[in-house]
Amino acid sequence: MVCKAEGARLVKRYDLIVIGAGPAGLSAAIEAAKCGMKVGVFDENARPGGQLFKQIHKFFGSKEHKAKIRGFQIGNELLEEAKELLVDVHLNTVVMGIYEPLRITVNEGDRISSYAADNIVIATGASENMVPYDGWTLPGVIGAGAAQTLMNLHGVLPGKRVLMVGSGNVGLVVSFQLLQAGCQVVAVIDAAPRIGGYGVHAAKVARTGVPFYLSHTIVRAEGDGKVEKVIIAQVDERWNVVPGTEKELEVDTICMAVGLSPMSQLARLAGCWMEDKGGLVPCCDEFGQTSVEGVFAAGDVAGIEEASSAMIGGRIAALGAARRSGFLTDAEVKEKYDHYAQSLDKLRRGMFSHENKGRTDLVQTDEGYPLSMSLLKKGYLDAEEVSQYPGVGTEKRIGIHPVIECTQNIPCNPCQDACHFGCIQVGDEITALPQVVLDSRCTNCGLCVASCSGQAIFLVDETSEPGFATITIPYEFLPLPQSGEKGMALDRSGKPICDAEVVRVKTSPAFDHTALLTMRVPQEMSGQARFFRRRDVVQ
Amino acid sequence: MAEYMDRSKDIGPYVPQADDDRIVCRCEEITKGEIRQAVHMGLWTMTEVKRMLRCGMGLCQGQTCTKNIKRIIATELGVALGQLEEPSVRPPVRPVEVGVFGNEVESL
Repeated sequence: MVCKAEGARLVKRYDLIVIGAGPAGLSAAIEAAKCGMKVGVFDENARPGGQLFKQIHKFFGSKEHKAKIRGFQIGNELLEEAKELLVDVHLNTVVMGIYEPLRITVNEGDRISSYAADNIVIATGASENMVPYDGWTLPGVIGAGAAQTLMNLHGVLPGKRVLMVGSGNVGLVVSFQLLQAGCQVVAVIDAAPRIGGYGVHAAKVARTGVPFYLSHTIVRAEGDGKVEKVIIAQVDERWNVVPGTEKELEVDTICMAVGLSPMSQLARLAGCWMEDKGGLVPCCDEFGQTSVEGVFAAGDVAGIEEASSAMIGGRIAALGAARRSGFLTDAEVKEKYDHYAQSLDKLRRGMFSHENKGRTDLVQTDEGYPLSMSLLKKGYLDAEEVSQYPGVGTEKRIGIHPVIECTQNIPCNPCQDACHFGCIQVGDEITALPQVVLDSRCTNCGLCVASCSGQAIFLVDETSEPGFATITIPYEFLPLPQSGEKGMALDRSGKPICDAEVVRVKTSPAFDHTALLTMRVPQEMSGQARFFRRRDVVQ
Repeated sequence: MAEYMDRSKDIGPYVPQADDDRIVCRCEEITKGEIRQAVHMGLWTMTEVKRMLRCGMGLCQGQTCTKNIKRIIATELGVALGQLEEPSVRPPVRPVEVGVFGNEVESL
């Protein structure tokens, strides 16, 4: 590190300072270090990784986006890479301000010090929104992110009976994690008329028996010193409560997942021009450079998206910094930039892309399949509509075969890579719906079931034994049921429909903690049984 | 960005509402009613309101409540949310203990 006299003081200097050690910040640091830049990363938390270490679910995307790898494992990979590249990571270090020319002042321990840089990447992420209602300050009302921190970082149960407010991906993913942790999710509600997150995330929550109330809001939370119950009610198109629709739910925890706001104060402090994109974000060029030369923004602070796109955004910002400081030639920058831009473009397509966000008028997929309104309003596919999708089909199949209940254009294709026998086809456009290829040879390996980040693939065999069918489902709850164990099969809505016997529970390092539970059900239930409930569980 | 605001506009009298005693800024315990009354006293921006009430100036530095306070001010003034200017940002953007300021590293 070069120390340079600046006025009367010695200031440590980096080629690039990154503020925030989340997915965007770490990726920026790694990419810049690879270009030969000396990088310092600053984060106020005790652990690096931002939200990644709370993400225990498998990520979407394709191989290049680290699809089907769990978030915290991606975090570990990034940390390892940053360490190898000798990136300085300053933890427990609060960046208090940015000053001209490209200097930051930080509070490290009980001291204040300054660092100078040739480039700064702001990757400070976002914070959770809150909605005030009567009783919202009672203990027991928490952010969904806080619930994740408690469960996944500290091993503490946030509550026993939880109401989830918000059906975006955060609300859906955290609901599932609450179920995995052993909480009862009493309901998922959303003021919007449609579920905001991926249908597959909703479906895996719904099939465990969690009801969804769309066009519903919280009227008030009640309790003596803590949340003991909540009153919800339906809202009309103008978000006004419809009198007489109030419902009382007994809960001890209310989890708020009502959107995120970019933490862009440092960008504003640096003097960046800002624009409103559902929260103030700096205006950026294609490299994430703001209106202040040398100051870049990447990740949620530049616009709320998924961690996968934040990681690419970080890398692109690093390229911009490397070009600006002469660490890469224009030709090298162009080659790398084109690669990342293309990769980012793939993630930004489909039903949940920027252009389609919040749209309520979409009625069909890119391919022309009708969107399931049941999935958008109740969280699960109606039994009658399932067969119209290319992953399911209407033909009766002999022997074991995959049934893929993937019905929305989301950027994801690990299922295609998982099958070595060509049974599953997504194609080059990763938002396309997967197709099950007719007459292909399924070997019952189960890799597709385990690789599906949306847990939407099932292996069905209707012909192995007269009168019965076997259904193999992805199962991520502990303790794992044993072979021979008897329980109930639940349908997509979580309703118990018949007795089921566990035939086999397969685990493998290749499945990465997704167990494959095979259950035996009456043959006529093969199209409906999609979850297994143990006898001792009371919902 | 914030547009010019016509300060001579008549926004009518302050009329109490049922949820006026609901806390909006938790850190400083400022209620919706206090914010609404401030608007009717002529404090029409987030910066003015926070200077009088301290809402958004507590431990979280407005991270949780700024959006909600702005919404209340905008509703009271009858303007779109985007028409209100953001409160100014100045360092330290995170709360820092006063004692720490005495420990600034002068040299390495």
